[in-house]
Amino acid sequence: MTDVYIVGIGIHPFGRTANRSGLAQGEFAIRAALADAGLEWRDMQFAFGGSDAAGKADTLVTQLGETTLPFVNVLNGCATGGAALYGGCGAIRSGDADLGVVVGFDKHPRGAFDPMPQDWGLPAWYGEVGMMVTTQFFAMKLRRYMDLYGITSTALARVAEKAYANGTHAPHAWRRTPIDLDTILNAPMVNDPLTKYMFCSPGEGGVALILASAKKARELGRTAVRVKAVSMRTRPKGSFEVFAPSLALERGASATTIASRAAFEMAGVGPGDIDVAQLQDTESGAEIMHMAENGFCADGDQERWLVEGRTRLDGELPINTDGGCLACGEPIGASGLRQVYENAVQLRGEGGARQVPRAVRNAYSHVYGAPGVSAVVILQC
Amino acid sequence: MSPIPIAANLFVTEPALRLLGGRHRDTGRIVFPLPDDPVFETIELPPRGTLWSFTIQRFAPKSPPYRGGGASIPFAVGYVELAGALIVESRLTDVAFDGLSVGMPMELTTVNVGDATDERQAYAFKPAAGAGSAP
Repeated sequence: MTDVYIVGIGIHPFGRTANRSGLAQGEFAIRAALADAGLEWRDMQFAFGGSDAAGKADTLVTQLGETTLPFVNVLNGCATGGAALYGGCGAIRSGDADLGVVVGFDKHPRGAFDPMPQDWGLPAWYGEVGMMVTTQFFAMKLRRYMDLYGITSTALARVAEKAYANGTHAPHAWRRTPIDLDTILNAPMVNDPLTKYMFCSPGEGGVALILASAKKARELGRTAVRVKAVSMRTRPKGSFEVFAPSLALERGASATTIASRAAFEMAGVGPGDIDVAQLQDTESGAEIMHMAENGFCADGDQERWLVEGRTRLDGELPINTDGGCLACGEPIGASGLRQVYENAVQLRGEGGARQVPRAVRNAYSHVYGAPGVSAVVILQC
Repeated sequence: MSPIPIAANLFVTEPALRLLGGRHRDTGRIVFPLPDDPVFETIELPPRGTLWSFTIQRFAPKSPPYRGGGASIPFAVGYVELAGALIVESRLTDVAFDGLSVGMPMELTTVNVGDATDERQAYAFKPAAGAGSAP
């Protein structure tokens, strides 16, 4: 099986960009990634990409050039980027292609998402009584976890404080002002126990990565970032997911746990080998739960980890070094590839003030989205 | 007089208030809500359980699909574990928000949703007698 390398990275700043469509932000990211790699659009042999709400990625050939390349549209919610990378890596490993691009972008209106019951196979009453609300799910998964494992509200605030601190150093981040612990804790509740600074907001942005075979990466002289593993899994029986009118008494694992184990096995490394991690932080409790679901610590240990600052930039396992979704916002289609972009930046040693202050060899990223899909990518230099 | 139920085959009020679930005729698996599928036998779910998790909805959910207006918030929602059956998601009512805790005994009741001119009757859970303080 041939290795896959990331030979170019590009990002359109996250946040809000008036008068620029989501598709245009995707195009911007592709042009930036091509420039980074020193390549042209006509060099691309395939493209995988998508957005959740900002249009069809394959229409970008109008702007980028009608080269007749195969362009696969991906629509996997928050895991769209991970799914695009899964497809792109597969195209190279199969030997079909040795150079291609993956892209994710989005542009959401302000405020919470407003899904409709019928689109999710649910009866109308479920929405009518006020339960068709994603933030309720995050809060209730977290409430139970906090109760079972003794996680405090202060721990939730520490995660958010770290995210905004890291975001100040990331040029692509949306929230670039630090927010102190008390302000985060005392802000209005959105869904208890989560205050408004503990939730990410739907936003805008675009990310593109140029993938190459080992042979092509050597020709280009760009072998610094290798994709060691990319795994994607849908939910197992008994997982707790958004929009569930009922749950079975017998609880199961999560899509995250299964995708994570598969990625570690594929990469031949373990959690202790990871030098930097980007974990899905839709809200600050998600980062805490995902630390355990991805195997980095035992359930309940997060409280101590956060007190000791282990996940800060200078800690032993820096997490969400660009501020994650909390500081960057969540353009659904772009979020997963932002994490991989950030890990590539860290592996290349180009993080500036947010560069992890020691050698980075293995970098881990994890996305999770509704209705129970997760993708994990392990990069190595 | 109570408003009309928010959906058919969701709960019964006579002879006693009960949620309707389905039991798979082959596997015995219990599901809620009751699917429109003859492979599931209609059953009444236990009216009492324990609170599995909860949150307070502080902002008004978008309408549609939500029937309630801005005046209806905040309200509590949770999951209630019904022993021997399953865990059901539900509005919570007659509770003090700071009096909720995982594991507290709950019992089935109803709550009205929508504005006064067009209300519907939905199911909800409230603290079982003696289990929590009223707001």
